[in-house]
Amino acid sequence: MATLSATQPGAMSAPRPMPDYVDGPIRAFAIATIFWGLVGFLVGVVIASQLAWPLLNLDLEWTHFGRLRPVHTSAVIFAFGGSALIGTSLYIVQRTCRARLFGGEEMGWFIFWGYQFFIVSAALSYVLGYSQGKEYAEPEWFIDIFLTVLWVTYLVGFGGTIIKREEPHIYVANWFLLAFIITVAMLHIGNNISLPIHWGSGFSYSAPAGVQGAMIQWWYGHNAVGFFLTAGFLGMMYYFIPKQANRPIYSYRLSIVHFWSIIFLYIWAGPHHLHYTALPDWAQTLGMVFSVMLWMPSWGGMINGIMTLSGAWDKLRTDPGLRFSVTAVAFYGMSTFEGPVMSIRAVNSLSHYTDWTIGHVHSGALGWNGLITFGALYWLVPALWSRARMYSTRLIEWHFWLATLGIVLYITAMWVSGIMQGLMWRAYDELGFLQYSFVETVAAMHPYYVIRVLGGALYLTGAILMAWNVYKTITVADAPEVERDLAPAPARAVAAE
Amino acid sequence: MLKKFSHGMIERNILLLGVLTLITVSIGGLAQIVPLFTVETTIERVQGIRPYTPLELMGRNIYVREGCYACHSQMVRPFRDEAERYGHYSLAAESMYDRPFQWGSKRTGPDLARVGGRYSDDWQAAHLRDPRALVPESIMPPYAFLDRPLDTRNIQQHLRAQAALGVPYTAEMIANARADLEAQARPDRDATGFQSRYARARQAAFDGNPAVVTEMDALVAYMQMLGTLVDFRDVTPEQLRQQ
Repeated sequence: MATLSATQPGAMSAPRPMPDYVDGPIRAFAIATIFWGLVGFLVGVVIASQLAWPLLNLDLEWTHFGRLRPVHTSAVIFAFGGSALIGTSLYIVQRTCRARLFGGEEMGWFIFWGYQFFIVSAALSYVLGYSQGKEYAEPEWFIDIFLTVLWVTYLVGFGGTIIKREEPHIYVANWFLLAFIITVAMLHIGNNISLPIHWGSGFSYSAPAGVQGAMIQWWYGHNAVGFFLTAGFLGMMYYFIPKQANRPIYSYRLSIVHFWSIIFLYIWAGPHHLHYTALPDWAQTLGMVFSVMLWMPSWGGMINGIMTLSGAWDKLRTDPGLRFSVTAVAFYGMSTFEGPVMSIRAVNSLSHYTDWTIGHVHSGALGWNGLITFGALYWLVPALWSRARMYSTRLIEWHFWLATLGIVLYITAMWVSGIMQGLMWRAYDELGFLQYSFVETVAAMHPYYVIRVLGGALYLTGAILMAWNVYKTITVADAPEVERDLAPAPARAVAAE
Repeated sequence: MLKKFSHGMIERNILLLGVLTLITVSIGGLAQIVPLFTVETTIERVQGIRPYTPLELMGRNIYVREGCYACHSQMVRPFRDEAERYGHYSLAAESMYDRPFQWGSKRTGPDLARVGGRYSDDWQAAHLRDPRALVPESIMPPYAFLDRPLDTRNIQQHLRAQAALGVPYTAEMIANARADLEAQARPDRDATGFQSRYARARQAAFDGNPAVVTEMDALVAYMQMLGTLVDFRDVTPEQLRQQ
């Protein structure tokens, strides 16, 4: 159980002096996470509005849905999620290894500015009309090469810190973070092999074509979900939930089974994005079978996260930051059940190409990735800026309910519109003709697109409250907690033990 | 040996942890991707598939640039309703020269795999300029800005890069790339050479203006050939068998 003592570093030995941790770049990553979150959510609200009211495309080449959609996906996945992952991973690896970041301040700042440069150049390139035309892998070849170099540097910084650790064991969060870094490198290189038309041109053609290109893209695309948005964020879960609950991880054995099974099975799931396409049936079947199997390790991870609160459930009432983290894991459980269901070919024949997929993605992205990041930030910001607590607990509570309500509106609207659209496409009238023209199904979507805009706007509003709260926490030196009286009385919480 | 194994060994050795992780995450991808390159029947053996004409290729690049794949699939599934709405299900052969593939993952708008020839050139160009003028309920963005000259400076390099990746563009096709591009969009040009190089390619003033070769010409030329290369009256079930 020695690996799990990281919740209380050094608990088993005499207190040792803390290494001089590199925290400047981590503070910068925390701010970047919030900034890119606001940008990504805002662009999401804008493009959702464009689908409800197409005039908002503005009749300009730089602002229409087709060019802004990758700005939204890259901003939330790579800018918001990536900044959160890199920042927290550098925090976690130093603390759980009791070692200063390998490469020191320079390493941290190079990773920070290099990553921000990647984000800005990718976003600008989409708007200006450079795109590889593959979802979540839109950046062109020259940006891809830069990111590869940066990512290897990140691996060296992260791995180097583990090598010089003073703790004998590598803590479980670091297994997941290491798998995230290694696998994302493999996927990024594998899916971006392309040939520029000449070396002075930003334009390239991908090396694989057609069916092979599709398989490689969804091997990449699904495992961007599996390793960027899952393994990496599970690393966050394995550190911050024990920290917030002040309890060790529920089961060490479950962590081991969870880790190896999830990284082995995830890679196989890509072809479920290609059901009933020209991809050969054997590959589709493999994708479906492994996707269904993936349900088990996913729930193993969820159980390990949630059960860590055993004996500390009362903290949910007093610590709204922990409430974010636990709700995030609940959303993780929900979307990792929904995913295997949608990967069954019969279900997929209805759900694929519809908004159901969009709803599924957002219950994972808003519910799991977003909420666990907010939970981590509410713990990390006071720690990084040496504050006793966040500026306002009440604002955190408002953020929590705005975000949760926003997610509920978003995903229920997409469930209804997606299933409705799938059914309308295949509906026949009594004479045996297709009942609806395509554009009738588009018109039927409108109310749900409006509800989605509302859900996204609520989620964005919550994030704005968080940004304000973080700003005040950093700038106002330990203000007296005026909201304290509004929190439930701690006395009531004691009995829960 | 196995009796002495403890996970603690892996937890103490980052190199072991990293290598085992890399092996574990490599297996699935190798098993699913490699056979698609080695099994010959992955791509059906049908007649009629040819490389894109230079104009169609540039149109396809505009389709990719504008992110059309975010809302339009190019993959008809083998269902009764899709057969009636869109046509014969899509073959792997029909996208064998597509770099990148554009099968898509969302149908905010209809599938486009067989849109070629469904509407007139005039309809396509007018619809791209102002979708709601023709389909009031449409939520598609307008693309009137495509009425601007097409940048053809690098057209030979485009074909050469495609040839380097395995598309059967001949030396003759590469040498005549610019002439073929202009001939396809300008009905006043002689089309015999271009049509001998690209079977069943159509010459037209796709955007209605024969004087200038525009991005609209290229995009409409591309869309008008989508899904038209294979004549399914000639195809036998044996040819469609994939494994």
